[in-house]
Amino acid sequence: MSDNAKKTKLFDWAIVRPAILDSFCKLSPRRQFRNPVMFVVLVGSVLTSLLFVQAIIGEGEAGPWFILGVSLWLWFTVLFANFAEAMAEGHGRAQADSLRKARKDLVAKKLTNPRRDSSFEMVLASLLKKGDVVLVEAGDYIPIDGEVIEGAASVDESAVTGESAPVIRESGGDRSAVTGGTRVLSDWLVIRVTAESGNTFLDRMIAMVEGAKRQKTPNEIALTILLAALTIVFLVVTATLLPFSYYSVLQAHQGEVVTITVLVALLVCLAPTTIGALLSAIGIAGMSRLSQANVVAMSGRAVEAAGDVDVLLLDKTGTITLGNRQATEFIAADGVSIEDLADAAQLASLADETPEGRSIVVLAKQQYNLRGRDIEKLGAKFIPFSAQTRMSGVDLDSRQIRKGAVDAIEQFVKSRGGVIPDKVRLASQNVAKNGGTPLVVADGAKALGVIHLKDIVKGGIKERFGDLRRMGIKTVMITGDNPMTAAAIAAEAGVDDFLAEATPEAKLELIRRYQAQGHLVAMTGDGTNDAPALAQADVAVAMNTGTQAAKEAGNMVDLDSNPTKLLDIVQIGKQTLMTRGALTTFSIANDVAKYFAIIPAAFALTYPSLNTLNVMGLATPNSAILSAVIFNAIIIVFLIPLALKGVKYRPMPATQLLRKNLLIYGVGGLLVPFIGIKLIDMLLVVLHLV
Amino acid sequence: MTYGIIQIVLFLSVVLLLVKPLGWYMARVYENKPCGLDRILGPVERAIYRLCGVNPTNEMGWKRYTVAMLAFNAAGFFVLYALMLLQGFLPLNPQHFPAVAPDLAFNTAVSFITNTNWQAYGGETTMSYLTQMLGLAVQNFVSAASGMAVLVALIRGFVRRNSQTIGNFWVDLTRSLLYILIPLSLIIAILLASQGVVQTFKPYPTATLVEPVTMADGNSVAEQTIAVGPTASQIAIKQLGTNGGGFFNTNSAHPLENPTPLSNFLEMLAILLIPASLCYTFGKMAGDTKQGWAVLASMVIIFIGLLALCCWSEQKGTPQLISAGADLQPSVTQSGGNMEGKEVRFGIFNSALFATTTTGTSCGAVNSMHDSYTPLGGMVPMWLIQLGEVIFGGVGSGLYGMLAFAILAVFIAGLMVGRTPEYLGKKIETFEMKMASLVILLPICLALIGTAVAVATKAGQAGAFNPGPHGFSEILYAYSSASNNNGSAFAGINCNTPFYNFTLAIAMLGGRYLFKILVLAIAGSLAAKKYVPASAGTLSTSGPMFVILLISVVIVVGALSFIPALALGPIVEHLMMIGR
Repeated sequence: MSDNAKKTKLFDWAIVRPAILDSFCKLSPRRQFRNPVMFVVLVGSVLTSLLFVQAIIGEGEAGPWFILGVSLWLWFTVLFANFAEAMAEGHGRAQADSLRKARKDLVAKKLTNPRRDSSFEMVLASLLKKGDVVLVEAGDYIPIDGEVIEGAASVDESAVTGESAPVIRESGGDRSAVTGGTRVLSDWLVIRVTAESGNTFLDRMIAMVEGAKRQKTPNEIALTILLAALTIVFLVVTATLLPFSYYSVLQAHQGEVVTITVLVALLVCLAPTTIGALLSAIGIAGMSRLSQANVVAMSGRAVEAAGDVDVLLLDKTGTITLGNRQATEFIAADGVSIEDLADAAQLASLADETPEGRSIVVLAKQQYNLRGRDIEKLGAKFIPFSAQTRMSGVDLDSRQIRKGAVDAIEQFVKSRGGVIPDKVRLASQNVAKNGGTPLVVADGAKALGVIHLKDIVKGGIKERFGDLRRMGIKTVMITGDNPMTAAAIAAEAGVDDFLAEATPEAKLELIRRYQAQGHLVAMTGDGTNDAPALAQADVAVAMNTGTQAAKEAGNMVDLDSNPTKLLDIVQIGKQTLMTRGALTTFSIANDVAKYFAIIPAAFALTYPSLNTLNVMGLATPNSAILSAVIFNAIIIVFLIPLALKGVKYRPMPATQLLRKNLLIYGVGGLLVPFIGIKLIDMLLVVLHLV
Repeated sequence: MTYGIIQIVLFLSVVLLLVKPLGWYMARVYENKPCGLDRILGPVERAIYRLCGVNPTNEMGWKRYTVAMLAFNAAGFFVLYALMLLQGFLPLNPQHFPAVAPDLAFNTAVSFITNTNWQAYGGETTMSYLTQMLGLAVQNFVSAASGMAVLVALIRGFVRRNSQTIGNFWVDLTRSLLYILIPLSLIIAILLASQGVVQTFKPYPTATLVEPVTMADGNSVAEQTIAVGPTASQIAIKQLGTNGGGFFNTNSAHPLENPTPLSNFLEMLAILLIPASLCYTFGKMAGDTKQGWAVLASMVIIFIGLLALCCWSEQKGTPQLISAGADLQPSVTQSGGNMEGKEVRFGIFNSALFATTTTGTSCGAVNSMHDSYTPLGGMVPMWLIQLGEVIFGGVGSGLYGMLAFAILAVFIAGLMVGRTPEYLGKKIETFEMKMASLVILLPICLALIGTAVAVATKAGQAGAFNPGPHGFSEILYAYSSASNNNGSAFAGINCNTPFYNFTLAIAMLGGRYLFKILVLAIAGSLAAKKYVPASAGTLSTSGPMFVILLISVVIVVGALSFIPALALGPIVEHLMMIGR
């Protein structure tokens, strides 16, 4: 998914040209049979073509040119449907092509023993087996998916993710998975192969975006059943019109029995061809919108499930809050000026390279205009954070400045004969209660005050959760923090619930509990310990930076490793379903106008009174029928962009959404064909085609 | 005309007022909770189970339930068929009617077990008292009860979670009869008898005419035989069970079957009472009465709309009546409008209301001749039938048909709001869609194909007495009525022929039993599902938006399926009538 693919225009000639060719290839009856609605249209096209031949010979039921007109437009209807599908596939293929470039046939250095210093032989990547161990050195391409078992290296994964900044891959931990086709920039890695050629991550991605392996999703099948049922009803409606017409002619003693051509035209117009033609395009486009968002779904089913999700489990860090805590406030102890506190805090943090430490320096500079100083010039000695002392700071001249958690500093101060003043204790309690982390600063035996480190909730996230709530989706924050801190952040971010002091077991338990209540749960995860929960969740998005185990357990992989993406995934899922619903409604609503065009045209010779129903004032019976058929065909082309882009979606409650879509696609679908058919009829008359 | 509207408002108000108490009562009955009557009838119920060897706690899966229902109905068919063939040898036959012709007996037996009550015979000239009471009236009760049983099974499908069973058919059947149909029939029968509906075992009396009539052939007739019989008891269940099979040939237009405006009111009330109340029962059992009211609201709105069209068209009359010198203006002394085929004691509004009521439900009793309605006025009853008998519909069958439409509606609506659809907390998936689609498709196809066969064959064409579009309407009406188990007819068609008796019987059987099997399959599949809790993202199925959607789905499906046929029947007839 290079940036080029993302920017591909909807009707790019490079996609349109093969799509046109493909439209003809897709005419094979076997392929058409999969779509009952379009199969009926195909049969109609063949039938009218035969009727045309019969008419040329001179035995026709109607004028040959009329039959030809109807027949041609029926063929166009089928071709347009094929074109829509080919277009959707074309967009997917464009993405697949850029992926495929990464899947060159690579050569691997296969190690005889799983050690860096072992000897190796050169083998083709496609011949590697699961469990083989390979060495990849700076400049080499990683031959195939695997897990780092030794070493650490920076890797360029832009071929897969489109992200140009290199990432670190190392053995152990959550960053051990590597993807075939990416390139090691520096250092070396020893990798154990986890997937064989043809079944690698890249292979699966290519297959998914190409739609080659696409199977109909359950919802698509249910809709196909409904469309097939409607088609059967219309088949019966039109087929029975033949005897009805015969009887009417018998009774009225005038006119002629309706022709097969007209009945076929009526059937095709009534059958839900619009949605029938665009159905598979919508599904493919949904997948491809997802991959444009740099998410790879392992099945179309997962995309649909995403639309149904009603509980989101979100990791606090990285999703709800920025990754790091920041200093936001200094609170001085009695008798200590705030500037002194700021000064001491800054000194203690100058050499502290953690994001928290840096944020203290920045805060001191912004609020109290204290410039950063060079710790070396001051002759100060940096005391780094250690697990034993649980504090960091500097020794400067005779001063020993420390910052750390309340209890750690208390120990430090007490050992020097001091005490923590009540105000400082109270202030740190307040900070904790508000979801912050208090750091106490001490200078020798004297506690100077408190630094308020705060989890910064991402901008706009609260509004997003509000949107989700209105969509009926519950958000649950998962955090390792204690319940008090968690509650404060949960309140600030506006999530509905939280799980504090979360362990992998607690997460899994939580998911099971929600599922037992009938909820569909989505979550993101990257670590190996997330794998059980990922496997249990209905929609599980693994981060691409995560471990192989996490990726295997999830049913989607986010190449950007951005946990907030879950929200986009839900939206894409909903959009896919909505597009189907909207076009189904539109398709059915269209039928009303088509009746008004075709019924008078077909039966006015028998019963001239029926001309009253020709409310559109269409010129002749033939022009009326042709106009309806033409409208029915070209509306497919007009709706291809909608099918590919999906209907607009804004979070709102279901009832409101239904009202809006019913108005647009239901009422719109009722009115549009009246105008469209009339315009086409006028055009046919102007061009003297009827 | 104002009086007419007041009567309609009064009628609908009474129906709606009774919905809640009766609906509540029926919910108690089906949930096997104390309902009041169980204190008296409980021992009877238990005695029945003991006698029949039924274990009332034995739950059935949907397949067993279906088999039980079918077996019971098949047994009913054979008993009824035998009764008709043997009535000449059996007692209670004071008029000494001979055996019913086999094809007619077949048609009639099918017609009564399917709750259709299509009558290709004249009751007072064909059936003995025994056949009427032991055969037809009994089927009036049990066919209604088996419809209610299937509905209750479907409701249980929605209510139960992760369950393999949907109830016990024998229990549902017994309770429907014992606690609901029999007590209500008793009340209605007594009220009807008080209005003069005849109830006797005596042979037909003869009366001397005040003024002898000279017939066309010159013979003078001075005496009239007056048909009587055990009528009130049979009319009560005929209305309550939405059966519609009249004791007399002219059904509720007959002065001894429906003598007064009050008896007319009671008979209409009896038709709507159970189907409307079952909506509340549904809501109550589903744990959210709003769900029931929403479905009922959809029914009422469509009903009022079509009733208005029928009343308007009938009151307006026809240009032909005006040019023939008829006074169409309503006044204190006359109803005005198109009174052909209507009883003077009912007038335009009560005839139109009865017609709409009897065809919206699958009753099929008539107090006026639909064949004589104006084209648009007559199209209303026909289209109500073609909508699938879901505007109140038959007892049980109306609501389960409507719930199939609701499944279709939530499917489309669910897609439009971006969720896979669910109804009452149950996910609607491939299997339910398959069954619901078939449920809706089945009667449409039966009606259209049946009509097509009839108009294309000599035997079929011979039946219609009227030429042109009206003859077509008569045939279309007959097959629509049979396929949807209504049973009313556009008169003017001779359907007591082997062709019609046979083809209409097929339509009735298909429309009833295939339909029921599909519904029970849905019930079984839903019962096995787990429950999905509602959220803001779930489409509410109890709000006005859903009511609008459900109405649209019913109307659109009905319109798209039947517009071409109707265009060649009533629509073109109307256009020709107004001189277009």
